[in-house]
Amino acid sequence: MKLLEVDNLTIAFEEGRERQIVVEHAGFSMEKGEILGVVGESGSGKSMVAHCLMGLYKKNEKVIDGRILFDGQSLLAMPREERRRIQGNTMSIVFQEPMTSLNPVKKVGFQVEESLSIHRKELGKQEKKELALQALRDVELPGAEEIYESYPHELSGGMRQRVMIASAIVCRPKLLIADEATTALDVTIQAQIIRLLKKLNASTGMSVLFISHNLRVIQEICSRAIVMWQGKVVEQGTVEEIFRHPKEDYTRRLIAAIPTRKKRRNP
Amino acid sequence: MKYVLKKFITLIITLLCISAITFGAFSIIPGDAAVSKLGVNASPQQVEALRQEMGLDDPILQRYGRWLSGAVRGDFGDSYQYDNTTVASLLSDRLPVTAMLSVMSFLLILVIAFPLGILSARFSGRGPDIGMNLVTQVIMAVPSFFLGILLTYLFGLVLHWFQPGQFVQPDEDLGACLCYLVFPAIAIALPKIAMVVKFLRNSVLAEMEKDYVRTAYSRGNTKSSVLYRHVLKNAFIPVITFLALLIAEILAGSIIVEQVFSVPGVGRLLITAILNRDYPVVQAVVMYVTALVVVINFLVDLLYQAVDPRIKAGG
Ligand SMILES: Nc1ncnc2c1ncn2[C@@H]1O[C@H](COP(=O)(O)OP(=O)(O)OP(=O)(O)O)[C@@H](O)[C@H]1O
Ligand SMILES: [Mg+2]
Repeated sequence: MKLLEVDNLTIAFEEGRERQIVVEHAGFSMEKGEILGVVGESGSGKSMVAHCLMGLYKKNEKVIDGRILFDGQSLLAMPREERRRIQGNTMSIVFQEPMTSLNPVKKVGFQVEESLSIHRKELGKQEKKELALQALRDVELPGAEEIYESYPHELSGGMRQRVMIASAIVCRPKLLIADEATTALDVTIQAQIIRLLKKLNASTGMSVLFISHNLRVIQEICSRAIVMWQGKVVEQGTVEEIFRHPKEDYTRRLIAAIPTRKKRRNP
Repeated sequence: MKYVLKKFITLIITLLCISAITFGAFSIIPGDAAVSKLGVNASPQQVEALRQEMGLDDPILQRYGRWLSGAVRGDFGDSYQYDNTTVASLLSDRLPVTAMLSVMSFLLILVIAFPLGILSARFSGRGPDIGMNLVTQVIMAVPSFFLGILLTYLFGLVLHWFQPGQFVQPDEDLGACLCYLVFPAIAIALPKIAMVVKFLRNSVLAEMEKDYVRTAYSRGNTKSSVLYRHVLKNAFIPVITFLALLIAEILAGSIIVEQVFSVPGVGRLLITAILNRDYPVVQAVVMYVTALVVVINFLVDLLYQAVDPRIKAGG
């Protein structure tokens, strides 16, 4: 059964009369329980799609056309209040920037259980804490109790990214969007986080939209992937197919470029 | 704890430096204390005798030590201008008045500027924000003393809400005294309110662009819960520093505004003391005001630590 269907999604930045299209007629779908990879070079529109799925828009950003069906609901058509009930609850996201995505003046515990505070109002303080601690253990953070009481600046980049994942999975979402969740981290930690996401996917059936510009990483974690280029989805299929018989010239170049694994971070 | 200790040591050293500079400056200024005390008609013998008595011929370090040990106990010696009156007693009449005026101005700033700043940020680019921007721009350009004159005219002479020049001492009638002080407090506070509104607004808007705000939205927060639960605490951090700077300005502002409203506070004492070359008084006031500013900065550092968890680690 399909969990996510994106059709003809077109996103642009509009300033006055100028319109710059950054995602054009993008379409893809995801099965329940699947890990779907999204590859593409920097600036190809991966984050724009991810944020649009989450309902996070930047200034001047406009969804010009398209349809997003998530779990049978049409996201773009629903009122804001209803959309809010999905955010962090049935769909959540881990951002590209682990160092700055947490609030520096709030304790980790507060931030991990915030989705619960918003979406599970019936839970008591103690229950929320239990669930938050469980989430911290799920992401294999040693000393969950201690981390619960600490502030983001006391943690390393890898730990912060785990905290972000913990806060994203605390409501047991149906879909987790991992937007280059590992790009800013060193290779060992990158491997740990990938293993972790695979484990969570296997144990809870949570679907993962795994975004990366690193084909090798995609190959490791996904069976199916889509390739984005200049705001368009130029290819989709199993990773196997994409590697063996790339249809697009761009994909071929992407594959050819694998060994020169460049590391970059968005500002 | 280490942080507090470090800040406390800094505080003591700063106070010592200030006292040395203040004392040094007044011993360089031309003019002889004995002469000013006796008047220009005194004979050289009389002056010399008094110099001996006052210990003015002792080495400067000895005099500094004597002055400092007195100052610590609140004893700044005698006034030159008024006979048989200690500086301490002059100050003890005026300090409460200035303190009330400054505290009142500060409270006015807090109570008015914070809601307006937040409001302005919430509606940034829309009606309320644009209107506020205009008003703050105008108010910031008007100096306090001129505002004081306007307020005296409007509330004193036209509306008769208070009687300009009829200051009531706090120990006579505290209520009436406070009612009188409201107007000079407004004169001091208004331009600062405008500054804080603008500063807070910009601080909130700058925070709104941060990555953690996007994270907060991604968890299903509403705009107002993002603002109140996430952004404000972060946005207050730079505002605290700004407020600390403002305190010095409030004190400076009160010196001028006290003149306009005929409030018998430290400001007026200072100005008459300067005109009469009453150095012990000037010295004491300068010392008090600077010490106050330094102590407040120390307290602000402590407040910082309470608001910003990153400071403890940094030390
Ligand atoms: N605020 C903005 N205003 C105008 N254009 C923008 C804005 N933000 C992003 N873009 C443009 O949208 C395009 C897609 O950006 P996006 O962040 O989705 O890329 P990405 O595929 O996630 O790249 P990366 O690998 O660097 O994260 C880019 O060309 C970028 O220049
Ligand atoms: Mg991106």
